[in-house]
Amino acid sequence: MSIITVKNMCLWYGEHQALTDIHIEIPEKSITALIGPSGCGKSTFLKTLNRMNDLVQGIKITGDIQYKGRDIFDASLDVNELRREIGMVFQKPNPFPMSIYDNIAYGPRTHGIRNKAKLDDIVEQSLRSAAIWDEVKDRLKKNALGLSGGQQQRLCIARALAVKPTVLLMDEPTSALDPISTSKIEELSMKLKEEYTIIMVTHNMQQAVRISDQTAFFLLGELIEYGNTETLFSTPIDKRTEDYITGRFG
Amino acid sequence: MQNIMTEKITIEKTKSHKILKSRKIYSIVMYVLMGISVMLTCSFVIFIIAYVFIKGIPNISFELLTTKPSYLLEKIGILPDIFNTIYIVITTLFFALPLGVGAAIYLTEYAENKKLVAMIEYAAETLSGIPSIIYGLVGMLLFCQFFGMKTSLLAGSLTLVIMNLPTIMRTTQESLKTVPQSYREGAFGLGAGKWRVIRTVVLPGCVDGVITGCILSIGRILGESAALLFTAGFAHAFYGFTAMGIQKALSNSGSTLTVALYVYAKEQGEFEIAFAIAAILIILTLFINLLASLVEKYWGKRRSL
Amino acid sequence: MKNKKNIFEKTVYSIFLILGLITIGCVLLITIYLVIAGIPAIREIGLFPFLFGKTWESTSENPSYGILPFILTSIYGTAGAILIGVPIGFFTAVYLAKIAKKRVKEVMQTAISLLAGIPSVVYGLVGMLVLVPSIRSIFHVPDGASLFAAMIVLAIMILPSIIKVSITALDAVPKEYEDASLALGATPIETYFRVSVLAARSGIATAIVLGIGRAIGEAMAVMMVSGNVANMPKLFESVRFLTTAVASEMSYSSGLQRQALFSIALVLFLFIMLMNATLNFFLKGKKERK
Repeated sequence: MSIITVKNMCLWYGEHQALTDIHIEIPEKSITALIGPSGCGKSTFLKTLNRMNDLVQGIKITGDIQYKGRDIFDASLDVNELRREIGMVFQKPNPFPMSIYDNIAYGPRTHGIRNKAKLDDIVEQSLRSAAIWDEVKDRLKKNALGLSGGQQQRLCIARALAVKPTVLLMDEPTSALDPISTSKIEELSMKLKEEYTIIMVTHNMQQAVRISDQTAFFLLGELIEYGNTETLFSTPIDKRTEDYITGRFG
Repeated sequence: MQNIMTEKITIEKTKSHKILKSRKIYSIVMYVLMGISVMLTCSFVIFIIAYVFIKGIPNISFELLTTKPSYLLEKIGILPDIFNTIYIVITTLFFALPLGVGAAIYLTEYAENKKLVAMIEYAAETLSGIPSIIYGLVGMLLFCQFFGMKTSLLAGSLTLVIMNLPTIMRTTQESLKTVPQSYREGAFGLGAGKWRVIRTVVLPGCVDGVITGCILSIGRILGESAALLFTAGFAHAFYGFTAMGIQKALSNSGSTLTVALYVYAKEQGEFEIAFAIAAILIILTLFINLLASLVEKYWGKRRSL
Repeated sequence: MKNKKNIFEKTVYSIFLILGLITIGCVLLITIYLVIAGIPAIREIGLFPFLFGKTWESTSENPSYGILPFILTSIYGTAGAILIGVPIGFFTAVYLAKIAKKRVKEVMQTAISLLAGIPSVVYGLVGMLVLVPSIRSIFHVPDGASLFAAMIVLAIMILPSIIKVSITALDAVPKEYEDASLALGATPIETYFRVSVLAARSGIATAIVLGIGRAIGEAMAVMMVSGNVANMPKLFESVRFLTTAVASEMSYSSGLQRQALFSIALVLFLFIMLMNATLNFFLKGKKERK
């Protein structure tokens, strides 16, 4: 069953058209990888799904994007509620300059949870789900900026999980990390897809093959090919996809 | 199954609606607080300027600007104060510029001892934090009494030199830092001595910093009163434009526009004159701010090229 | 030939070294002068009666030199200015740094620099003729020249530096923090006040300390609106600050009275040095975190 459905979506930055006629259906509880060369629009596409690029000056979006069967641009839909349900993890780990505990509790507090016991519970749950609880449980009150890059990124994932999302958007979550931290995040993603729908932009094609269920290939603002990861990488239909995945252009 | 699902959804909806309400209130409160604050800030600026202009500008007359006060004729002119202000600005910059620029050059070009640099910078910071009334007091003890200058424009200027030293030093230092290291290396590579490199490459690069420092200092000198009250005094004598006259002016007590404003308002209750001077001072402040932003724009653009 | 050049370069070096050391010399000079000038009176009066004496009657037959009223007035006045000025400055800064359109921000910043450039005597003059009479009529007090008037004038005077420094700090908050907060479903307002402000806290603290320093040190504007009677501080009564105590008697003082004024200046100086040390602490903390 698909949780996000996009139909003939186009996006302009001022005069420049960044995305053209995108059609895609994202199935629930799976990992979808978005690949393509830099500037192909995959990050822009990702940020449209939780309306994070609403604030960009001169942006114009047309077409139909549905989350759980509802138009995400519908006036009656609360954008903050949408962002709570569709969480996001960024390229550069960006924990807030506050304690580990407060980082995780920030989201729930924002959404009105004040009860200390409940917050404690959410913090522990989220940190456990992000497989970082054992590393930080003794220093929850310490500043999060003291963690290593890989730990910070898992903390950010935990922070995103704390508001109980259904979808996680990940924008190249491992590109700033070392190989060991990267494999930890990959393992974590594999585990998380049992409960969450993950959409991940990646530059690393091995990563897409390793962890994703379906892959979408973007080029120059168009969705060239979309399908089961194995099929796409073994028998690509489009010539351009084949050229890209065999490394003929970057 | 279907039933349970819908029930759960409705429960979550009502709850989230309640929370949404408290979040909306939070946003509204913050917006209101910001609106009030911005409005207050704006109204302070507008009110002060408008009030001073309305009360002051009608009182500015040609006679006021071009005569000196006379008890016999029962009239007040601020010509001496205008010239005292000009003298003090020029004298202060005359001493403060070489000192400030020199200190900045030492810090960026020569100093190798990091501790010493930190100490000098800390000293400069301290100087810029000391209130002007204390400068006035120390200036009085040091220049007027110890060096025997009496209450005079020169003593006032020297006090202001110490006050403005950090400003000129800092702006020069900042612009020196933007002179690319490669320029210096290029000049050294041609076999130029250190001093030659500084004179030909480094100094021309910091003109903008020096000019900014000058403008900021002039602004500060124009607005200064507490430091001048006991060092330069508040006489309104005018000695003419001859070299002798200027020399006499510097070695005698004299009030700048700002000090004159204070004396006329607080001691003599001459509010029309005080407002006229206040209007002149605000116009000068406007002019100086404009100049500063023009300098920044001009050099900012040239830098980016 | 080479030797000559060397001597020349060394001379230039020494000249610049001396110029560099002048700032340190000035600070030492001011400190030493204030200590030398300030100690004798404290010795004669006694440290305790000087600092904690409640009456200042320097010109009576039996003069008493207690500066507690001045110290408390300076502290209360500054605290009042901070209480009024900081919230206004803070909210204005958040609005200008995060919400205002670029054009509005530019215009407001120009206006705020202008406010910073207006000489303090002009504030005093406007305060004398507008604020003081209106306090008298609004609060039905015999004289509007009071601690309250001084607080308001000081609050307006410290506003520009609070706004400017806070805006700089808020502008420097990395966009990633704000993005993370928005992506968690926080509204922009919640993001600015809970994340951006938090990330800019050391800058905002610096702004407040700067404001305190400026308020404690201000003399002329306060002199014009506070009435200058050496009372223990009360909101609607005429009061004298540390700064105005020095300024108001300096011109006619002599003997022990004059020396006591220098001692007051020394106390004021120590207050300012304390503020500087606090400021440095904040700035240092910021650097280390980077």
